[in-house]
Amino acid sequence: MSRQDIDHRKDSESQSLLTRFLQLRRGPWENLATVIIAVGTFMLMQPFYLELFTYSFVTILTGTVMFIIVSHFKE
Amino acid sequence: MDDSSTAQRIAKSAAAATPPAMARQIRGLSDRAIAWLFVTPTIILLLAINIFPLIWTVYLSFTNYRANRLNREVEWIGLRNYERVLTDTDIWHTLQVTAHFVGWTMFFQVIIGFGLAWLINKQFRGHSFWTTLILLPMMLSPAVVGNFWTFLYQPQIGLFNYIVAFFAGIEPSSFQMIGDVNLAPWAIVIVDTWMWTPYVMLICLAGLRSIPDYIYEAAEVDRASKWRQFWSITVPMVLPFLMLAVLFRVIENFKMFDLVVELTSGGPGSVTELASINLKREAFEKWRTGYSSAFAIILFVTVFGVANIYVKALNKVKQR
Repeated sequence: MSRQDIDHRKDSESQSLLTRFLQLRRGPWENLATVIIAVGTFMLMQPFYLELFTYSFVTILTGTVMFIIVSHFKE
Repeated sequence: MDDSSTAQRIAKSAAAATPPAMARQIRGLSDRAIAWLFVTPTIILLLAINIFPLIWTVYLSFTNYRANRLNREVEWIGLRNYERVLTDTDIWHTLQVTAHFVGWTMFFQVIIGFGLAWLINKQFRGHSFWTTLILLPMMLSPAVVGNFWTFLYQPQIGLFNYIVAFFAGIEPSSFQMIGDVNLAPWAIVIVDTWMWTPYVMLICLAGLRSIPDYIYEAAEVDRASKWRQFWSITVPMVLPFLMLAVLFRVIENFKMFDLVVELTSGGPGSVTELASINLKREAFEKWRTGYSSAFAIILFVTVFGVANIYVKALNKVKQR
């Protein structure tokens, strides 16, 4: 497979992901919600910065509500 | 007399015993209505003991309510409780202690639980006896386990100290598992691992027993090594079971209370004060009901969010 083919394939893959985001498909949105929840949980329990702890709940709540909503999107 | 005639006789006598007015009413109902009739008591119970307290807690978290001052006027204070909880360094500390506890107990329970299940699955002589013996800690009450591990951890007479001293070549009374700020967090990890590893083992064993022999036979024919069989057959097929066990244990350990209270009561200082212990202190010792409600909601949302991630991962593994 040539370099050009690889670049073209990468482009189409990223485009399809973006398209799936814009078309409100469940997969990518659920992944995004999952990442937000995971980041929020890390922020809640990390021992480094109090500021991160302060904003952890808002992050987890956003992720969880988002997860509930997007799990009703089409596959 | 055969079974069908007996059943008919019982049905007739039941019909005769039913008051005519009620029988008429039931006959007029659709299947759906009868189904609702049976389900309604459960729904009412669920609403009363689960949903209502949850909604009430959400409401209280926005107020300055104190359960020990019933005559005081309850004020709506908006998000102030959440603001206080999320800037409280004590709460931050308890969540770090909880993370340490959950992380390490899960690590040890998965490794040891899977290892034990793998050994028990070998069907050696007396394996059922060993299975029963290994399952015993799980069947004990957390209060009992907490109490007798307090004795095992005693620096002067504790068996644990003597075993460690025997292998490490030190004095048994030279260390205190539940009195030392560095060792106490590990003391609660050891006890929880001891108590709940059998649970993980049991679920892993169910997963291992569900793998059909012909898959291994086919792998043998293909000359796959034991190591390859383990990574390509055993691990992927046990993974959904293992993940389920971890999900249950993470949720349980996140709200762990009884075992740790019996063992250390959160001490020395607050090095073993888990989130639920702190929550109980805020709610029923300091009587800051609104504040503790906000903390409880934060914990609930966190567990709910993590469980969502986990269920998604579990579904992905199952689909593979």
